[in-house]
Amino acid sequence: MHISPVMWQFLMKWLTNSALFPREASTIAPYADALYFFLLLLTVVGLTLVCTLVFGFSIRYRKEKNPVAEHVEGSTLLEATWTIIPLALFLIVFVWGALLYFRIYNPPTNAMNVYIVGKQWMWKAEHPGGQHEINALHVPTGRNVQLTMISQDVFHSFSIPDFRVKREVIPGRYSTVWFNATTPGTYHIFCTQYCGTNHSVMIGEVTAMSPDDYEKWTQTSTSGTSLAQNGERLFASMGCNACHSGSAAARGPNLAGVYGSKLQLTSGSEVLVNDAYLRDAILNPSQHITAGYAPIMPTYQGQISEDGLIDLVEYIKGLKTNYRVQQTLTTSQSNQAAPTTPGVVKP
Amino acid sequence: MSATHTIVNLPDQRTATLPKRTYLNNEDGLLSWLLTGDHKRIAMLYLVSITFFFFIGGAFAGLIRLELLTPQPDLVAADTYNKFFSMHGIIMVFLFLVPSVPATLGNFLIPIMIGTKDLAFPKINLLSWYLYWLGGLVVLGAMVLGGVDTGWTFTTPLSTHYLNTHVVTAAMGVFILGFSSIFTGLNFIVTIHRMRAPGMTWFRMPLFVWSHYAASILMVLGTPVLAITLVLVALERLFGIGVFDPTKGGDPLLFQHLFWFYSHPAVYIMILPGMGVISEVISTFSRKRVFGYTAVAFSSVAIALFGFFVWAHHMFIMGVSNYSALVFSLLTMLVAVPSAIKIFNWSFTLQKGSITFETPMLYAFGFLGLFTIGGMTGVFLGALGMDIHLTETYFIVAHFHFVMVGGMLMAFLAGIHFWWPKMTGRMYSESLSKLAAVTTFIGFNLTFLPQFILGYLGMPRRYHAYPQEFQVLNVLSTAGATVLGVGYMLPLIYLAWSLKYGAIAGNNPWQATGLEWQIQSPPLTENFIETPIVDHEAYDYEWLEHKTAHEVTTVG
Repeated sequence: MHISPVMWQFLMKWLTNSALFPREASTIAPYADALYFFLLLLTVVGLTLVCTLVFGFSIRYRKEKNPVAEHVEGSTLLEATWTIIPLALFLIVFVWGALLYFRIYNPPTNAMNVYIVGKQWMWKAEHPGGQHEINALHVPTGRNVQLTMISQDVFHSFSIPDFRVKREVIPGRYSTVWFNATTPGTYHIFCTQYCGTNHSVMIGEVTAMSPDDYEKWTQTSTSGTSLAQNGERLFASMGCNACHSGSAAARGPNLAGVYGSKLQLTSGSEVLVNDAYLRDAILNPSQHITAGYAPIMPTYQGQISEDGLIDLVEYIKGLKTNYRVQQTLTTSQSNQAAPTTPGVVKP
Repeated sequence: MSATHTIVNLPDQRTATLPKRTYLNNEDGLLSWLLTGDHKRIAMLYLVSITFFFFIGGAFAGLIRLELLTPQPDLVAADTYNKFFSMHGIIMVFLFLVPSVPATLGNFLIPIMIGTKDLAFPKINLLSWYLYWLGGLVVLGAMVLGGVDTGWTFTTPLSTHYLNTHVVTAAMGVFILGFSSIFTGLNFIVTIHRMRAPGMTWFRMPLFVWSHYAASILMVLGTPVLAITLVLVALERLFGIGVFDPTKGGDPLLFQHLFWFYSHPAVYIMILPGMGVISEVISTFSRKRVFGYTAVAFSSVAIALFGFFVWAHHMFIMGVSNYSALVFSLLTMLVAVPSAIKIFNWSFTLQKGSITFETPMLYAFGFLGLFTIGGMTGVFLGALGMDIHLTETYFIVAHFHFVMVGGMLMAFLAGIHFWWPKMTGRMYSESLSKLAAVTTFIGFNLTFLPQFILGYLGMPRRYHAYPQEFQVLNVLSTAGATVLGVGYMLPLIYLAWSLKYGAIAGNNPWQATGLEWQIQSPPLTENFIETPIVDHEAYDYEWLEHKTAHEVTTVG
């Protein structure tokens, strides 16, 4: 058979460009692959065993060889063996899998944070420094990066196969995932939870860059205002500072230093103030009344977008003293328009 | 083929005739079929119906594979593709897999295997079939009106707030189908409890009956949860009641808990009856009682019980608490054990047997291999950390196709080939059917093995278009699907052919021990001339030999 050289070239290119195993581009990947190969080994051993038994018995005891079957009722010993050995192996897999799960889902405390908002059908990445990206994410190598993710509409799922991480992005609730990229390069981002018409277009690229390149990137692609600055502006324009003024007689609790602290609520329960709590306290204030305050805060459900909520959370996170709130009080009237940097994608 | 290689024992074809009076010709006319209470006729109605839906679902599978031949979204529009895989899932799960073995083989055989005339509630049995068609027509209606694109999982809030397709219609169809399944399960449970022939104790029942009993419990206890979940989806969509809507204080994850509370046990509803078939087939063709009968019987019940407590393993990455994830992962590992036990028990049934390799046995061997892979890859997904990378990718697609298609469909075909002579009185072509078994096995592996690799590469499921570097594996998979399609068309042809031209099978072509093989083929409407009295264990080949020898001396 004759294959034309052009055809041959095409075929070779097609075959050599195809993938068989994903790259290991994060610190977690080797751990995930180790478990994967252990499981593959178990499968191959199990399958070989079953095939050996089936084919071995089929050859040894086929009718020509063994015209009359010999009756065997069963064997407690054998049955105990193939109950206990698989059970033991599966328990090893369970423990190993659980350790890996905690490794992937418990973020280290020193991780830098990037917010991800999923919506039909795009990924928005928002860096605290004011870099906004769509269907792209720039991260430095060698640093722990935590993603705090939320969906504006339906369930999505944020997956970076080459990092072996994935997490559901849920409407109305923050979920997190973290990784530490090891190799500079670009890697696929997929939405893996079916989310409607353009599910398969909800893809993007992570660009892992050396710390120096990343530094350059952050300098050149910032929108000019950080998330906290956006939050500050929103804080003023929504009139939050009318009550959360930080003064002793204020109608709302003091927000300076509130992030990370433990709050006593009127319901009697104690909560840790984190991103999720702050978000929920803005949207459903009546559920979260700080002890000693009247339930007068209105709900902001439907009035602030997920991006706006992230800005507010970032702002409150960074409030160390009331000085900043006081400043906002005095400047909020004069400084409403955000400065815009041309050429930067900003949702 | 010489007599030493086979156990097939057909009557002398020159003198053999079909019995004069059978359940097939007892009454004539379309109405006699549509108003029948006979479990065998209802089984045949089901067989025709599920075959019809299987080929519709299969056509959608073919279209999906055809689209995925190229990385570009070039065959159909995105919405159309989404409708294809939704209809494929809904039809295959609710209209084929759930009723496949129970409603056809189970319906036909359970009363005969336990020595009774019919199921406990023949009219409810007929009602099940009508509900099946009503549900099926509503689903087809949703398809004809413009389709539905929720996926078979109806995930909220996508299904309730964001899609403008016939979600309520499709959900209503599945709701109705649920009742068909509940009635079948109820009928089996009552029949098995109350109508066993004298001497047919629980531990003399064939394992086929045991596995149907376990599956019936799941049908009766699990399906109502699905029904109420779908009602909530419809109410949320029509009236915005807010149960699953976070802005109204609802919880979108609640839907997933409710849905998987049914849909995980549903996996066992689908596979357990198939396991029953495999027990019968392997025992018959190795002329031996199933190794460790009690262990196999109890492992069915264990699977049914554990099956209710593993649903959240579909949600490991969805923000369920770490500790509940731990519990569900552990329980998932435990449910894998009874399946492993069954595989080894079946393998050891062959030991010291006298094995022959007729078509049902080939399908059963296919089942053993494919189900082992399907089961082991389930352990990958049950391991928490591994699940993070593998879930929602083609790995999971390959995994459940190995269990559902490689497992259940192989078992269904094994069963159909095994009991075809009993149901119709005719044999099919031996060589063609062996060819079909081998073609199916090869086609299946070619279709789904590449998908494991694709899954580990990270290719997400339900993607209409994909990156260039995944193409080679997708082409292999589509090629395999073509072979698989041929493998499924073949039985349709030679089985239909056998109805008129097949050799007369006689009462017991495989020399099997079940009560169904001791009566004429096809059976009488009443099954037995007189109520059988059971005085032997299941799979007692010595009893059968003794009985046959006895018959010969009486006649002589």
